[in-house]
Order: sequence, then C-alpha cells, then structure tokens
Amino acid sequence: MFQRREFLKAMGAGLLVSVLPNLSYALAPAGYQRLLVLVELKGGNDGLNTVIPYSSDDYYRLRPSIGIARPQVLQLSEQVGLHPAMQSLLPLWQNQEVAVLQGVGYPEPNLSHFRSIEIWETASASNQYLGEGWLTRLFRSQPTPPGFAADGVVLSSQNLGPLDGGARAVVLSNPQDFARQAKLAADQQAGAHSSALSHILKVEGDIRTAASALQQAPMKPPANPADAPTAPPKAAGGFAQAINTLADILQNGTRIAVARITLTGFDTHGNQQPTQARLLGELADGLALLKTRMQAQGRWDDTLVLSYAEFGRRPRENGNRGTDHGTANNHFLLGGRVKGGLYGQTAPLAGLTDGNLPYAIDFRQLYSTVVQDWWGKDATSLFGQRFGRLPVLRA
Amino acid sequence: MNTAIRLLLLALLPLQAWAGIGVEGARHLLSRTGFGANPAQIALYAPLSRQQAVDRLLDYLSYSALTAPPAWVNEPFERPGKPNLSEDEKKALQKERNEHAQELRGWWLEEMRISPSPLTEKMTLFWHNHFVSGLDKVGVPQLMYQQNVLLRKQALGNFGQLLHAIARDPAMMRYLDTVNNRKGQPNENFAREVMELFTLGEGHYSEQDIREAARAFTGWSLDKDFQFIYRPNLHDNGDKTIFGQQGNFDGDDVLDMLLRKPQTARFVTLKLWKYLVSPTPNEADIQRLSALFYRDNYEIRPLLRAMLLTPAFWNSQGQLVKSPVELTVGTLVTFDLTPPDWRALAGLNRQLGQDVFNPPNVKGWPGGDAWINSTTLLTRKQFLDRLSHDAAPIRNSFVSADGQMDEQRGREARIRRLVQAGLRPIKLQPDEWAAIYHVNTAADATRLLLAVPPAQPLPADMNGAQAIAPLLLDPAYQVH
Repeated sequence: MFQRREFLKAMGAGLLVSVLPNLSYALAPAGYQRLLVLVELKGGNDGLNTVIPYSSDDYYRLRPSIGIARPQVLQLSEQVGLHPAMQSLLPLWQNQEVAVLQGVGYPEPNLSHFRSIEIWETASASNQYLGEGWLTRLFRSQPTPPGFAADGVVLSSQNLGPLDGGARAVVLSNPQDFARQAKLAADQQAGAHSSALSHILKVEGDIRTAASALQQAPMKPPANPADAPTAPPKAAGGFAQAINTLADILQNGTRIAVARITLTGFDTHGNQQPTQARLLGELADGLALLKTRMQAQGRWDDTLVLSYAEFGRRPRENGNRGTDHGTANNHFLLGGRVKGGLYGQTAPLAGLTDGNLPYAIDFRQLYSTVVQDWWGKDATSLFGQRFGRLPVLRA
Repeated sequence: MNTAIRLLLLALLPLQAWAGIGVEGARHLLSRTGFGANPAQIALYAPLSRQQAVDRLLDYLSYSALTAPPAWVNEPFERPGKPNLSEDEKKALQKERNEHAQELRGWWLEEMRISPSPLTEKMTLFWHNHFVSGLDKVGVPQLMYQQNVLLRKQALGNFGQLLHAIARDPAMMRYLDTVNNRKGQPNENFAREVMELFTLGEGHYSEQDIREAARAFTGWSLDKDFQFIYRPNLHDNGDKTIFGQQGNFDGDDVLDMLLRKPQTARFVTLKLWKYLVSPTPNEADIQRLSALFYRDNYEIRPLLRAMLLTPAFWNSQGQLVKSPVELTVGTLVTFDLTPPDWRALAGLNRQLGQDVFNPPNVKGWPGGDAWINSTTLLTRKQFLDRLSHDAAPIRNSFVSADGQMDEQRGREARIRRLVQAGLRPIKLQPDEWAAIYHVNTAADATRLLLAVPPAQPLPADMNGAQAIAPLLLDPAYQVH
C-alpha cells in the first residue's frame, strides 16, 4: 500500500513536469544519485557588487565610492556583469553552465543575520518558526537509499544548517582522521535519559555509518591532473580545501546526496571592497576547481551547485565604504545540466535612496526546482505550498 | 588545595548517607555553576541543604582574576593598520599578535581551572557569549583583555551598568563598528545588535528603531590610544523617533530606553536559564524570575540565587550538553590535573568549536546540541581517551599523496601538534585518584562523574579505578 502510494506520487510529479510550460525535459530517474552542493556565503554577500548592473546610472549614484567601475566589470549582458575577481567563472558562463539568479529573496524579509538564515535553512515563511532544516524534512519523508554514507556532509562550518534537526549528517574536515577516530564512537546504544543525550547517541550512530562507508572504499590516489579535461585552476585557501576534500571522498565511491560548504566573511559594514574582492575570488576559483574535479570523475553532469546567503545588502552604500543589511540578492546555480543565462530581474534601482530591493525569485522556488526537477521528489508537501519552479535545468 | 585541607575533607568521606543535597546534588550544582568538581569539593557541598549550598557559592565570590595576566596586556601597543609598515614588519606584528592571543586564551582557561570562584568565570564566559566581541575583527589582544576584565568585574553585578559600560568598551566599539558611525553617515551595526542580541531579542523593535538609534550613537568614538572619547562635532543632534518616542536622544538614552522595557529582563533571564538549567524553559519560572530581575533593577546575584533554587534546576541533571571548556577544564578540575602548557588546551578548545576571545559571530556560540557534531564529538573522545589510556599521537595529515605540503592543512596540523605536545604530559592516574578519594566501586565513580546513568552499562566486576576510562568515553559523560 505504502509503495503504491509512493509510486502514484512519483507518477503525479512526472505528469506535472510534462504539462508545465517551459519544462520540456524529462527527468531521468537518478534521484539522490545526483549531488547538490550548497554554497553558503555567510554574512550576507553584497549581490549588487557581485552581479553588477553596470549600465545603470543609479548604481553609480547609490555607490559613489564602492561601485565597480564599468571598464572593470566582466560583462555578461548589456546590463549586468560580474565582479572583476570572478574571472575564473567566465569559462563556465561561456559554456552556459552558470545560471545567474537575480533578485532572490522572500516576502517580508527579516534583516537579522540569525533569523534570516534560519528562514533560508528551514525554508519557512518570514513569520513561521520551524525547528528542522528543509533537507532534514525532505530526507525524513523521502529518505536516501541504503548504502549512503550520510544524507549530507558539512564542510567548513560547525553547524548543520538545512540538515539540522535529524538528518544523517557528518561534519568533515579531514576524512582520514575521521575514519580512524570513528572507533571511539559507541557501538551499542541504550535508551537516552535526556534529549541532549539522545542527540549525542544519534551523532555516534551517524559517525559509525559514515565511517564504515568511508572505510569500505579505501583511499585511491588523487586523480592525475593530466587526466583532467582542463588543467585544475589555481585555488588556495579554506574554500578550495573544502572542495578538494569533497571531491576526494566522492572519488572514493562515498555516496551522499548533499554537501554544504560555507565561505565566511561577507558581513561587510566597512571597507567592503578588498574583503569582498578576496572572497569572490576564492568563490569563483573554488567553483571552477569543483567543476574540474567533478568532470575528472565524470560527475559534473550530476552535480548542481546553488549559492545562498541570509540576505543581500542595501543598494546605497553607508558612510564607511561598506553596506548595511538589505534584502533581495543575486545568486548562482551551476552544473553540467544547468541551462546557463540570466534569470529573475535586474535590481530596479531607479528612484531608490534608502530603500530596499523587492525580490523577483522566491528562494523556495529554487528549492522546489532542486527537489522536484533535480531529484524527482515531491516538493509541495515540504514547503506547505506550491512554488513555481524555474526552467534552469536541461535533460 | 593544600594537603591539610584535603585530609580534613577526606574525613568527611565516604560518599554515602548525606542529609543534604548529597553527592549527586553537589556534583550537579558545582558542574553547572563552575567547571567540573573533584570529590573533595563535592564532599564539601554534599551535606548542605539546597539553600545553604547556593548561599555558600554566592558568599565566596571574587571579581578579579587570580592568575597573573601576561605582562604585555598593560603595555602600549601598535595600532593595527598603522601606515608605512614594511611587509616584514607587518608579518612580525601579526605573529606577535597571534602569540599574544594564544597566551590570553591560555590565561583565561587557567583561571577557570584554579579560580576559587568558578561561578565568576562561568558568568564571565556567559557575558562574553552575550556581549560578543571577537579578536579576528577587534585585532588587538590588549582590548580583548580589557573587555574580559570589565565582564568579570560586573559578572555578578548589575546588568544595566554592564550594558552602558560595554557600549563604550573599545573592543566592542571596534567589533560592531561604533567607531565608524558618524553624523550623516550612520553605520547600523551596533544599533541593530544591541537590540537583537543584547537586550530585546528579535521581533521586539522595528527597522526604523534601528536606523534612528544608530543616529543616537553617532559621536561615540575612540581616541588615538583606542580609549573612549565623545566627539560632539560627529554627533547627530537632530530629533530621532525610537519606540514611538521623539527627542534628541543620545546613546545612553537609547540604552536606558532598552532597560526600561521588561522584555530586556525576560530576554536575559531566558538566556541564562538555557545556560545554567535546561534548553526547555518553564514559562512560569521565567515569568517569575524575569519580573524579579526587572524589579531588582537588573541585579544579577539575586536572579542567580532565585534561579538556582528553582526545583527545575535540581531536576535538570543531564539536560545540558557540556560546552568544550566545561568538558576540558571540567575534566582537569575533576581529576586534579594541570596542563604544563595552557595554550595547548586553548588549541584543543578551538578544535572543539569554542575558541575563547573569538566566538564565531556576534550571536556567539549557539551551544546546546550544536556543540556536538561528528567531528567535535570524535575530538572530545580522543582527548578523553588519551587522558585515560595512552593514545597514539595523531598522524600528521598535511602532506598530500604527491609529497606536497598543503598550507591550510599544515596550519591545522601545527595547531594539532601543539595540542599533542602540550597535552601528552597530562596523564590521569586512575588508581591514585580512586585511592585518594576512596572511590572504591564502579557505582561511586559513576555518581561522581556522570549526571545520568551510563548509556553503555559497565561490567559488574569493575572497581572504581577501572570504571573511570569507560565512564569518560560513555556518551553520558558529554552531558551534565
């Protein structure tokens, strides 16, 4: 009975895809074999200096000292272009593997870092408080197959974000250390006397599962860079290291549905330019590295990367060559099956002084697209209502 | 502790048959209000009633650190970002700051271990995680030290005074950009966080309140020596509308407005409850305690006393996950161990997610279940395993397969090596400890070390000394 219901649900989803306009592709039944990589830009990256509306006089009026001069902008269209530090993303853009999502946000935005990231990570409405991450809810109702090392791995962050509240998740910095230390995790689990203790017992269980999966597949030597289709881009720093760690464990045959990597430091209230330039450079170089490494494993077509942040920044710069908390933001979706191009709406800056930006894409549309069109799972029950998906993927 | 006192205390053992709060109650109280507890300290509190025990804690408080700080904390320092430095000079300055930062962390952890007033350190840590500043942005270890002294001085004093003082604290002013907030060019960072994280909590103010409050704090600045100075020509003297009131408010006016809202008392009370009692607050207690806090004009000691005397506190064993410093310093206290190099212990706590003087962001460490993930739990267990067994050193993992050094991993490995070298000499002697404190049976050891029964039952025939290693590695040792 249960299976029949699941089957009907899956059929329903399939039919829906085929009747919607602009969604002419059919989803291959790959499910969670396809990888989602979430890239968190912690602190609220300034999207207006990332995807720059360089043809707008209003942009330069609002940002007299931190606006990126037109000749430096890496032009994507006649209206917008990328921050000059993101050079290494251009080959992917030219290859039509980058969707630039303009004006991503949600109704009644909250400008607290902490509340807003909670909204993004639980996929709640602005005034709705959910205790579990959106991926935790997904994996509870539609679990990953047996044999998966974990639902997800978390890199360069200590909190689980969208995997919080019960998903099978491990935080990894060094897989070898992890596998070796895992013998310290308890192998028998008695009943817990408090919720604190049951949390610890659950983590011990997750460790043992993930470690045995990591150990079943002994470490292979790193891929010979010469075998890669293109030479690996020069990428250094923590973000690139996290990407290499991820690529290493996938190369071992470890199966997971999600990875999340956090890049920190975007809370730029003062002297924004050098900080953001450095971070965007790390981001672009790291994403290019991810493509190279995934392509070398033949998995780039089964990899989807989505960036997110708690909010964007105010269009008007503050008095310290920085920006204060704002609303809608520009984001990226990348991967071998992404239909590259511009989506959403370029920031409407005319007439703005102290105001904030409206959103053009609800972030839950992106999550629905991932759940329904990338994984072939049901998204409506997850978000309480139906969010129109974006036609950003190809078969 | 000197030998005479220790012998005197031993006369109070064995551990059974107390009329007062007993071994379990004493272990609970000391662990929650301090860092661990050795059996002698437990024996001191076990015969007392709840009220006697709490009063005893609150009667022996100190407001300054016993451990001497590093000499440089009171020496003049170079401003970060000083112009015209050569690359080499910049590097040398950075290196010196990093060393000072590590010494500072070690100094505070040592103070937690040896303080005769552990509650003071526990509350200083609470305020450090409430009025957050972080070294990465502040950039000057001396300023973080000054802030730590301020937090300790008011740790059990008055919240209102602390709020006013912290708003003028140089480290805070750098951390939340007060120094960059001037007339006509407002920077909202401090105005936002003072409402969201220090007083009211999210949802109790509007974006308009934040913008206007930011104008009120204009003119607050730092002089060339990084000390507070008011610069009237940078202050916005126009009318502001905050919480529906209109006037030419300054920063202190805004702080007083925040203190006049009972929501502030509630917000702080709730946070303290989650720190000391349990993650699930009980509405009736919170209402009663926050009303008391408000009525007492934000005096912290009476609030603490009332909170520690709630039945909910005494029934909350095992409901809190130990923070990294509670686990590490607490274990050292429990077993009378002193690391030869406190910087190593600071490095370990950084690996465990609690890098004192550098919380992850202005909201501080989220705490609770978030302390434990797969990586931090294994690192905790490895530390405990090494204490009780003699674990093999961690293999260096920063050389990749092709023989190249990985810079990032190399840095982590250096921290790890320091931790290894610094922690190796700390070796628990289970037989000696069990003999000194008359921990004869596995049941004795369990009552002294765990807040709840072990998740993995011990074999029946273990004695007290043998039980220590399995109890330390039991998941139940991670909670208190």
